[in-house]
Amino acid sequence: MIRKRPTPVQRPGWIIWPMLASLAGTLLLMTPLRIAGLSLPEPVFPMVLAFAWAVIRPSVVGPLALLATGLLLDLLWGAPLGLWGLALLMAYGGAVVSRGLVTGRGTLMLSVWYLVLTVIAFTSAYITTMLRARVAPDLPSVLWQFLATLALFPLAQRLIAFFEDAEIRSW
Amino acid sequence: MAFRDGPFQDLKLPLTLAVVAATVVAILAALVLLIADRREAVAVSGFASARNLVARGLSPAGEVLEAPVRWTGDVIDAVGGYFYAVSENHRLKARIRDLESWRDEAVALRNVNERYEALLKLKTEPPAPSVAARSVLDVRGPFGNARVLDAGAAVGVQVGDPVMSEHGVVGRIVGVVPHASRVLMLTDVESRTPVLVDRTNARAMLTGDGGPNPRLEYIRGQDPVKEGDVLLTSGDGGVFPRGLPVGVAAKDLRGAWRVRLYSDLTPIDYVRILLFQDFAATIDPAALSAPAVPPLTAAEAADRALALAKATAPPKPTPAAQTPAKPPAPTP
Repeated sequence: MIRKRPTPVQRPGWIIWPMLASLAGTLLLMTPLRIAGLSLPEPVFPMVLAFAWAVIRPSVVGPLALLATGLLLDLLWGAPLGLWGLALLMAYGGAVVSRGLVTGRGTLMLSVWYLVLTVIAFTSAYITTMLRARVAPDLPSVLWQFLATLALFPLAQRLIAFFEDAEIRSW
Repeated sequence: MAFRDGPFQDLKLPLTLAVVAATVVAILAALVLLIADRREAVAVSGFASARNLVARGLSPAGEVLEAPVRWTGDVIDAVGGYFYAVSENHRLKARIRDLESWRDEAVALRNVNERYEALLKLKTEPPAPSVAARSVLDVRGPFGNARVLDAGAAVGVQVGDPVMSEHGVVGRIVGVVPHASRVLMLTDVESRTPVLVDRTNARAMLTGDGGPNPRLEYIRGQDPVKEGDVLLTSGDGGVFPRGLPVGVAAKDLRGAWRVRLYSDLTPIDYVRILLFQDFAATIDPAALSAPAVPPLTAAEAADRALALAKATAPPKPTPAAQTPAKPPAPTP
């Protein structure tokens, strides 16, 4: 009997490797480097996962892995536990709900979708922080991190393209 | 075969529901964690242990990542020092001349101040010892501003210790493991630091909001702050010692007061952790909250006064002492 070779999305690697890569990227940009008075940007790397995992294949493992990634991100950044888990899951939920409308479209549509989901994640983090700390976070700083996160869209696109047959699935 | 051609290809709705249900459960779990995580109980909660565990693992990784940055900085400094040695020399000489006049003034003022303190019997804070540390990792986002330092409990660092750069206050320690610690920066959204305006002695609260210039809130007094006023820690609440330099007051575009931090003048690489004992840790809360003795009634007060008078009265001389023995008559 010929044993079928599992497709990329059937292997656990489609969850684990991107997750580890996003945490490694976060850790790398935590280096205290300052050039000409400017620090390194600090994008939310797991936002790529919240978007790409929903596009590649909606899976029960996805939100749970995203929660774990968010918690690890909170621990790395010293943020309240659950802050980024909640923000990423809100974006993931939005992606899953609207998936049928957007999958299979062009890059422009995907990038607009990514932008909308990033807005959802940042709005969630903003409101949560405001409620907890009773201080509205500095808007220019939020905008700076938001733009840095938007700049990660090509990574999300490559991750989606890597799992070839995923974008056609509609349900 | 692609996964969509599997035996469950027609099973669409349950999968949708399962994913949505898993997402909702995960969101609820995140909310529960968020509500349960009270960062003010930073030293005791299980969440703090998890954070400290991560800090322990992060410190060596941060040192590895930070090493090339430090080496590059050292090389740039060396090259810059070589090429700009003459101009730097002129600048430093001018600065020394300026500082010498300040030094003479400081010595004279210190002398007068010590005389006043002695005359008034003021109880001043003893100088706090400090340890040096290096910043190995840095979180700069709008939702959190923290650093990981390479010094921890092994050298006496405790939660609450103030952290300073060569220019001013940076933040305070919120997590400690044996060889690393985590600093909550003044700019963090959860940072609150009591400060005073040096010129007017007015009190205010420095409130971080994730931006580079924290807000100045709850300012007391009429027109107590002016552009360029120097802000120091007030020491209120006993978290920071009084008089540490914080920054300079400035108005933002909306007219609200903010602070340009001294610590932001140069990159924060090496810092000083003051081993300052929190005032609250030196007092016994049980003694402070002990019930007060009820006041005496008039009769009790009179009895007590009488007893005190008796106790403090000089002892009655004994009869022998009253009539001193006659000296023996001198014999002729």
